Amino acid sequence: MKKLMTGNEALAYGAYLSGVRVGAAYPGTPSTQIMEKFATFPGVYAEWAPNEKVAMDVGIGAAFAGTRALVSTKHVGLNVAADSLFYAVYTGLNAGLLIACADDPGMHSSQNEQDSRNYAKFVKVPMLEPSDSEEARQFAATALEMSETFDTPVIVRFVTRISHSSSVVDVDPAAVPPPAKEHKPYKREIGKFVMVPGNARRRHPVVEERIRKLREYAESTPLNRIEPGNDRLGIVASGVVYQHAREVFPDATFLRLGMVYPLPEKLLREFAGRVKKVLVIEELDPFFEEHIRLLGIQVAGKDVFPIVGEFSPTLIRQAAVKAGILPAEVSGSSPAPALDIPVRPPTLCPGCGHRGMFTVLKEAGVVVMGDIGCYTLGAASPLEALHFCGCMGASIGVAHGMDKGGVPDRHVAVIGDSTLFHSGLHPLINTLYNQGKTTTIIADNGTTGMTGHQHHPGTGQTLQKQPTVKVDLERMVRALGFGKVDVCDPNEMDDFRKILEDHLKSDEASVIIARRPCALQSREKRTPPRIDPELCTNCGTCLDIGCSPLVQQEDCVSINEAMCTGCGLCVQVCPAEAIGQEAK
Amino acid sequence: MKKIDYLLAGVGGQGTILASRILASAGLELGYDVKTAEVHGMAQRGGSVESHVRWGEKVYSPLVEHGMADYLIGFEMVEAARWLTYLNKNSVTLINRFRIPPPLVNLGKARYPSEKDIENLLRSGGGEVKWLNAAEMAEVAGNPAMAGVVLLGALSNLVGGGQEVWLQVIKHLVPARFVEMNQKAFLAGRGAGRE
Repeated sequence: MKKLMTGNEALAYGAYLSGVRVGAAYPGTPSTQIMEKFATFPGVYAEWAPNEKVAMDVGIGAAFAGTRALVSTKHVGLNVAADSLFYAVYTGLNAGLLIACADDPGMHSSQNEQDSRNYAKFVKVPMLEPSDSEEARQFAATALEMSETFDTPVIVRFVTRISHSSSVVDVDPAAVPPPAKEHKPYKREIGKFVMVPGNARRRHPVVEERIRKLREYAESTPLNRIEPGNDRLGIVASGVVYQHAREVFPDATFLRLGMVYPLPEKLLREFAGRVKKVLVIEELDPFFEEHIRLLGIQVAGKDVFPIVGEFSPTLIRQAAVKAGILPAEVSGSSPAPALDIPVRPPTLCPGCGHRGMFTVLKEAGVVVMGDIGCYTLGAASPLEALHFCGCMGASIGVAHGMDKGGVPDRHVAVIGDSTLFHSGLHPLINTLYNQGKTTTIIADNGTTGMTGHQHHPGTGQTLQKQPTVKVDLERMVRALGFGKVDVCDPNEMDDFRKILEDHLKSDEASVIIARRPCALQSREKRTPPRIDPELCTNCGTCLDIGCSPLVQQEDCVSINEAMCTGCGLCVQVCPAEAIGQEAK
Repeated sequence: MKKIDYLLAGVGGQGTILASRILASAGLELGYDVKTAEVHGMAQRGGSVESHVRWGEKVYSPLVEHGMADYLIGFEMVEAARWLTYLNKNSVTLINRFRIPPPLVNLGKARYPSEKDIENLLRSGGGEVKWLNAAEMAEVAGNPAMAGVVLLGALSNLVGGGQEVWLQVIKHLVPARFVEMNQKAFLAGRGAGRE
C-alpha cells in the first residue's frame, strides 16, 4: 500500500517496525515530529527530555539495557548532546541506537546552518542520509542493524526538505515490529563502560578499528550506488540534493551516497574513472569534496555551488549555467516582481504575553539578553526590545558576564519556561552562587511555543499524555536560594513595570516569573476593544506594540476584530484614552 | 502522465499545510507519484509560508523550479504576488480575494498593492489569473479558515479527478467533526470554479 509520509513520520515508522521501544528527544524544528510520531505507536515508550543531552543519555541507557532506542534532535541539539555522543562511541552499546539529526540549511527556523556531517568524522560515528521518505523508513532499519553489527551509535542525517517533505512510502498494513525478544542481557563490563583514562585508552583503538571496518562496509553497501548515465559528467550527491540534481541533470552518471561517513574510497575512484568530469553537489560544507580531493581526484564543487544557504533545482541550474556546465537556456521564468511587495516576517501572535513584557522592557530602556523561543521575536520591528540571542540557555550566563564585565546599562536576561528547563538552570544557579545582580525574567507561557506546543517538566503532562508532576517554577527558584522572586502577568503592564523597577534597583540576583498562557494554545478570546474615532489622534503609539490586528487608517487606527483576542494591551498604551473595552 | 507543479502561498496559520496534504493525497489517488515540501516553526508565526506540491510520473525534487509552476494558489493577495518568479506564460493563478496587511503596512510604512496592481503583476509573469472570494465562501460554509479548501475546490476542475476522489481525501485528512463543513467548502469552490 502506498502512503504519503513526511521524512520525519517515515523515520519514526521505520524505527518502530525495527523494534525500537524507547525514544527520547527535545523538540526542535525541523526534527520535532519524529518523536511526536514515534510516541503514537503501540507498545513504545517515548519522552520529551529537558534537553538533547539528557535525551541522548536516555537513549544510550536504553540501548545498554538491551532495548533498541531512538534519539532525535535538530542540528544544534547535537551540539548539546555531543559530550554524550562522544562517550557512547567509545563504550559502544548493547542494543541498537539510532540518532536522527535534522539540519536546517537556509535556516528556516534556526540560529545557524551547521553541517552535521562534520560530526560524523569528528565523533567517528557512521552516518546515513536518506533522499526521500521511503529511504528514511528503510535507513532506520539499516542504521539499527549497523549499530548492532558494529557496536556503535549510528546517525541518520536529515535536512528540512527531508523532514518536512512528503513522499510515497510502501506500507505493509500487516507489518508489526518483531516481538519483544528476551532482552539482550545487560552485562556489567567495567572495562567497556567506565571511561576512566585507563579503560578509554583501550577503547580508542577499538573505535579506530571499527571505522576501518565501516569503511570497507561502505564499499559494498547498496546504500551507495552508481547510477549510469552519459560519461561526460559524473555527479556525486546525497540526500535531497541528489533529488534536486536529478531534475537538473537527467542524463548524467550519478554516484548516490546513502552513507555519507565513512566514504567508500574504491567506489569513488571507480566512479571517477568512468566519467570525464566529476562534479560534487552538496549543501553547506565541502565535506565530500575535500575527501575526494584527498584521494587525488580532480573535482568541481564549491567553485560552482555556494557554501551558504539551501539548495534547490533552481539554484543548481543557475549555478551550473553560470559555470558553463549547462548551456544558457532562454529562461521561461518571470523576472523578479517590479512591484514593491511588503515583507511579512513572523511576529508575536495577538494576545501573546511576551508583547506586554517587551513593551515595558523597551519603555524602561533596559538591555535584554534573550534566548531561543517565540520571545526571540521581541527583536523584530517595531518592538526591537531584545538585544541578544545566541543559543538555548545562553541568556542568563551572558547577562551575568555583562554584569561582571561592568556594562553601565541596566540589563536583564529573558528566557522561556521550556528553555529554562533545557539549559537555563545552571546559569541561573551561577548568578546566585557567584554573587551576581542579574534579574532573570522567565517568560512563562506554560508550553514549548515555537515548535508547536510540546510538554515540558513544567506542564504536568508527558509526551504520551500521562499526567505527571508539574515542576513549580516559583518554588524551584526559591529552593535554589533566590530571595527576590515575583510572579505577575506581563500583560498587566503597571504591575509588571513596578516589579521590574524594584528588581532593577536591587543588588541581588533575582527572578521575575512573567506568566501568561500562550495565546495560541489557550485560544482565549474576549470582546475586542473599540477605538473612539473622535478621541484617536492617529499618533501611532498603539502600533508600536506591533500587534497585527491594529491597522493605521487615514484618520484613525482600526482593529481587525477577527484577529483580535481582546487582551487589552493597546487599551493600556493609548495616551489619548481612545481605546476602551466599553467605549463606543 | 504529464507533470503538474503547484505552489501554495499564504500567511502562517491560514491552512496551507492542510491544503497541500489534501492536494498531494488527491494526486496519489489519481495515480501520480507525489512529493511536497512544507514550512514549519518560525515561519508559521504569521510570516509568509509556501508549500510545494508536485505530481508526475516520477518526481525527484520536492521543490518546484522557478518558471515551472503550473498552478499558483494564493491564499492571500500579496502572498500570491510574492512567488511571481515561479510562473510562466502557461501558469494559472487562483487567488483568494483576501488581504492580511503585513506589519509594515499596519504601521503605515509600506503600501498594500491594489488588486489591479497584483493582477497586472501576475499577468506580466504570463498566464491566467482567476479571482475567488474564497474567504467569504468558506464563511458561508461554516468557517472562513477553510478558504484554502474552497480554492482547492476551484482547482479540482482544472486538474482532474472526480469530486468523489477529493471528498474522500478530505474525509481522511480532516478531523471527523470538521469533515462535512470542509466538504461543503470544497464543493462551493468547485461550483464557483465552473462558472
